[in-house]
Amino acid sequence: MLWACILLPQLAMDGILRHCDDAAAPLVLLAGPPQRRVLQAVNAAARKLGLKPGQSLVAAQALTHDFATADYDPLMIERWQQFLAAWGYGYSAQVSLHYPRCLLLEVHSSLGLFGPWPRFETRLREELTDLGFRHRITLAPNPAAARVLANAHDGLAVTDTAVLHQALGVLPIERLGLPREVSTSLVRMGLRHLHQLLALPRDSLARRFPAQVLAQLDTLLGHRPLPLEFYRPPDVFDTRIELNFEVESHQALLFPLRRLTADLAAFLAGRDSGVQRFSLYLEHRTLPDSEVPVGLLSTEREPAMLFELTRGRLEHLQLPAPVLAVRLLARDLPAFTPAHQALFDERPQQNVPWEQLRERLRARLGDDAVVSLSARADHRPECAWRESSLAHTEPLPQVGLRPGWLLSTPQPLREEGLLTLAGPERIESGWWDGADARRDYYRVQTATGQQGWAFRALTGGPLLLHGWFA
Amino acid sequence: MTAVVALDSLLDTRRVWRGQAITSRTAVQPTGHATLDEFLPGGGWPESAISELLVAATGIGELSLLWPTLARLTTAGERVVLITPPHRPYPQAWLAAGVDLRWLTIVQAKGRDALWAAEQCLRSGSCAAVLCWPQQADDRALRRLQVAAETGQTLGFVYRPLHEASNPSPAALRLTIEAQPAQLRVIKCRGGLAPGQALPASAWQ
Repeated sequence: MLWACILLPQLAMDGILRHCDDAAAPLVLLAGPPQRRVLQAVNAAARKLGLKPGQSLVAAQALTHDFATADYDPLMIERWQQFLAAWGYGYSAQVSLHYPRCLLLEVHSSLGLFGPWPRFETRLREELTDLGFRHRITLAPNPAAARVLANAHDGLAVTDTAVLHQALGVLPIERLGLPREVSTSLVRMGLRHLHQLLALPRDSLARRFPAQVLAQLDTLLGHRPLPLEFYRPPDVFDTRIELNFEVESHQALLFPLRRLTADLAAFLAGRDSGVQRFSLYLEHRTLPDSEVPVGLLSTEREPAMLFELTRGRLEHLQLPAPVLAVRLLARDLPAFTPAHQALFDERPQQNVPWEQLRERLRARLGDDAVVSLSARADHRPECAWRESSLAHTEPLPQVGLRPGWLLSTPQPLREEGLLTLAGPERIESGWWDGADARRDYYRVQTATGQQGWAFRALTGGPLLLHGWFA
Repeated sequence: MTAVVALDSLLDTRRVWRGQAITSRTAVQPTGHATLDEFLPGGGWPESAISELLVAATGIGELSLLWPTLARLTTAGERVVLITPPHRPYPQAWLAAGVDLRWLTIVQAKGRDALWAAEQCLRSGSCAAVLCWPQQADDRALRRLQVAAETGQTLGFVYRPLHEASNPSPAALRLTIEAQPAQLRVIKCRGGLAPGQALPASAWQ
């Protein structure tokens, strides 16, 4: 296995600079209680003004006023780490955030796809630069060694254990990730580099220092595996966009909606799943959130389609109050199977696939507006059909001639001038479920030339029209 | 004044129109009834266009006219959409006519929404045939449907009452189905001359 370590030395600063218009302007990050704000991190321009991390804000303001400030937010750092882990997951199945501000990627299995390591490394560096994160990348046969090498090197790639031992041997003791008091006492003992430390007998080291020192050394050299917890993409998509102002019209909601659905589609593509049901929540100042549920008949993940459908549902909603934030929540993400498409499609102008058309119709006309019809094995005409969103097939009994149209409720028929063409056909069924039907059906022709299907109940009564032979 | 002009040149410049012949034989789909195919000037349903069926009353064979076409399309795995049918299709009868119900979809819509749904289905190109029963369809609405059918290369069938026959329509083919006597007439056929005589209903029932 080969492990790449991507160290992000300025994660907090880069995360904020990404959103700044002028990245070269002096910027400091503040931490600590409000009474005593301390500079946690400074960028290069601020450093040039004489500001240093650890300075108090008062001291910094005594020096100069020409700098912007932002809060050092551990939650935000955690979010950026998750973001970068999701990015790294595109390159390797094993991504770990074991060390803070550092990504560990198992790359040996990815080399077949992303080319030899120099090309792969260039690609990683380009993407990180585009994302706006400063980084140092090293490669080593085990994750701990990669992390330690990143302390002193950038771009070093070690694939061989012997070379690794050599490279680690010349590392200064302070850079090995040992506890601070241990490394201080080692330096005071006159040990400057790792190879000097390794030359000492193990038992004396074990006696003089805590057990974690030997454990760390063994992990570095690859004698002892490092248990890693790997990044797993989240199972639920939940994103919220806070709007800058109170939105009162649908039109103004479309822009954040487009971003949300595009993010959802990207998320689904990364998981190779689709979405069948999700909800859009519109948050108001005092009223409870309005929910816009979106349900699809099949799993989808096309961004344009998701957007159009959500838009269709949204346009039906009357906003009870101005909207402050929009949240999209998708809980169940079933597996996505792309629709089968022939290579040589007979309809070259097929610009809207059926699934998309169906969802568009349902969005405007209502969820029950688009149905499939299927037959049920029942002799009573009113029970012989079933409407559902998906067609069913079941074995059917042989029946006589049936009309093409069935009236939803039988209607009385005038008997003058009526011509009986066929019949009677007795339909007697349903005594077990309470809807007992005992009827004689006739095929009749009216005086106006229409052919109908009419019945008379065995108990007597008027002739009722139940269908048309159209 | 009397100069001899070759008839061919007049025909070529379209200054003389020959009545009997079909000037541009558009692509057609067979109706599934041999006599009806022979009777229709194009030889079938005009493809990528609206065919208008003006029906005197319900129950005079207006569905069995289309059943062979729908059966052929659905068994080939192409979708057929019914938009706001006047009654519920009786599944056993449609199955007996050979229609594969898995490919049949019913859309329920009211008023103008029905026309909108018909236009969407015709335009999408993902349906093979669209049948609709518009409540109030004027010339403009039908023209929209006609353009949509051309865009989506879809067969469109519009059922309307017989008294609409006197109103102009942009449909490529207009048929009247009369009850007494039970017969079928062509009142308009794009690119051809409508036959004068009627076709008795026994030809397709």
